[in-house]
Amino acid sequence: MLNRSKKELQNRQDLMITADIITNKASVLDLGCGNGNLLHILKAEKNIYACGVEIEQNKLLECVKKGVPVIHSDLNDGLDDFQDNSFDFVVLSQTIQAVHRPDKLIEDMVRVGKKVIISFLNIGYFTSRFQLTFYGKMPVTNSLPELWYSTPNIHLATICDFRNLCIEKGVKITEEIPFGTHLNILAKFWPNMFAPTCVFIIEK
Amino acid sequence: MSNEKKKMIVKSKEFSFGTDNEPLELDCGKTLAPVNITYETYGKLNQAKSNAVLILHALTGDAHVAGYHSETDKKPGWWDEMVGAGKAFDTDKYFIVCSNIIGGCTGSTGPRSINPETGKPYNMDFPFITISDMVRAQHRLMQHLEVSRWLSIAGGSMGGMQALQWGVDYPEAVNSVMAIATTTRLSPQSIAFDWVGREAIMSDANWRNGEYTDDLEPDQGLAIARMVGHITYLSDEAMDKKFGRRLQTKTKQSIDFSRNFQVESYLEYQGQQFVERFDANSYLYISRAMDYYDLSKKGDGDLNKSLEKVTSPFLVVSFSSDWLFPKSHSKELVKALRNNNIDATYCDIESSYGHDAFLLEIDTLGKLISGFLASRTDEVNKNVK
Repeated sequence: MLNRSKKELQNRQDLMITADIITNKASVLDLGCGNGNLLHILKAEKNIYACGVEIEQNKLLECVKKGVPVIHSDLNDGLDDFQDNSFDFVVLSQTIQAVHRPDKLIEDMVRVGKKVIISFLNIGYFTSRFQLTFYGKMPVTNSLPELWYSTPNIHLATICDFRNLCIEKGVKITEEIPFGTHLNILAKFWPNMFAPTCVFIIEK
Repeated sequence: MSNEKKKMIVKSKEFSFGTDNEPLELDCGKTLAPVNITYETYGKLNQAKSNAVLILHALTGDAHVAGYHSETDKKPGWWDEMVGAGKAFDTDKYFIVCSNIIGGCTGSTGPRSINPETGKPYNMDFPFITISDMVRAQHRLMQHLEVSRWLSIAGGSMGGMQALQWGVDYPEAVNSVMAIATTTRLSPQSIAFDWVGREAIMSDANWRNGEYTDDLEPDQGLAIARMVGHITYLSDEAMDKKFGRRLQTKTKQSIDFSRNFQVESYLEYQGQQFVERFDANSYLYISRAMDYYDLSKKGDGDLNKSLEKVTSPFLVVSFSSDWLFPKSHSKELVKALRNNNIDATYCDIESSYGHDAFLLEIDTLGKLISGFLASRTDEVNKNVK
């Protein structure tokens, strides 16, 4: 089962980067942990104390099978059930754009976690800009494939927007890891334009 | 070959203790001896003795969790859909034990048992028992069965209370806990319903301070207690789906006080069925034990503290329409477990069945349980290697 988790994780570069950042024996809270692959691997290979949060019952059942502890909860309800500084890492992968109040969740995450790892889908990516500018249409991309009226991604933002929010909230960005599939060099050079995805490490 | 599935035939077993100068110490300060526990087992204990799972029953349940007592037996055990070969509690993999509680009336020592000091039934001389007392008696059974550590302890409703108490009282004997549709303590609303139930029994003229005879029992009171209880086990939605405002007979609605609506008829039937199989004094003692149950007692009222010595992972399950053991109680438990860095998995299963959902939502609950047990087994095997 572990091999399957590893294979599935390879398709998610942001999670691979996240897995590298997390240290041995750390406590990790994975918000929106899905089928628990990240925590499953980290439990086996880095001996972490894991806790997932997931809203979908079927995904939760997958976590249980893997022995990944998971709590059935809606991120929109906040993290009141978690104490201040109770985790070494809080992880949120490609989800921030889908919650009702990203700003509140960020506040909550830096409260609960000593470090917060957020992977972020950048709507400032050049293909998105191109679609909006030249076609006059809301962007539809590989990582954001839904149409405007039915998308769960209700708070799309650019890397630049995210940085500004952190400044406004007094949240420190300790590391920024922009990456793209083909244009990695350009992504590092001008993230807001050329990185479709960026992993941020932030803290209070 | 017959297509008919072979019935799993089980026999209840008895375990008696307490006569050898080791009576059961009770929380109330008294002792109980002799003590009998009725239990059933399914599947085989493996050589490493690492596959034993204890199932604990609710207020009116018994040791007969699955299978049939004979080929002609029509009704299977109370969780038959969950326990058996290939089922969630897979008897091909696990050694399943279901223990009846003390204080009950289905085999184990309870208020209608004979008091050795008087030669007559204890009735109201039966000492007050607690959930911890029930667990302490089960711990004796565990020693008798030569199990040193349960792979898991599972229970719904009051069975869940016992499972939690096991985790707190005997942390070394528990590899994991499954607490289903349960709470760390009853809400005042639940205590209120229990009170009404007991009042119904105790105000029945036939109750006679518990000294009723077998041919004249407080059936009316016990039936009312059951009817009140049954309302709390269902939900508004479940009742609406099941009965609506339908009438029992299709003829014109008579305007009188006789039972007329289907829901009334259902409750009456439940009450009548119940008095056939349950004892009024047992109902008083067990429901009282539930009222006084409070897991935080061990930590002087602090739930976080009472869980300090717990190490085993927990699976906590609630049901969305259960208002007797609401999800807020389960979430509070999970929070306290998490505060102690205990691995906790929590699921609130969407269901309209109310509290009874723990007996009816077989599919999702079954997957949670089988997945949890499999992962616990992996963990145990990993540590052996």
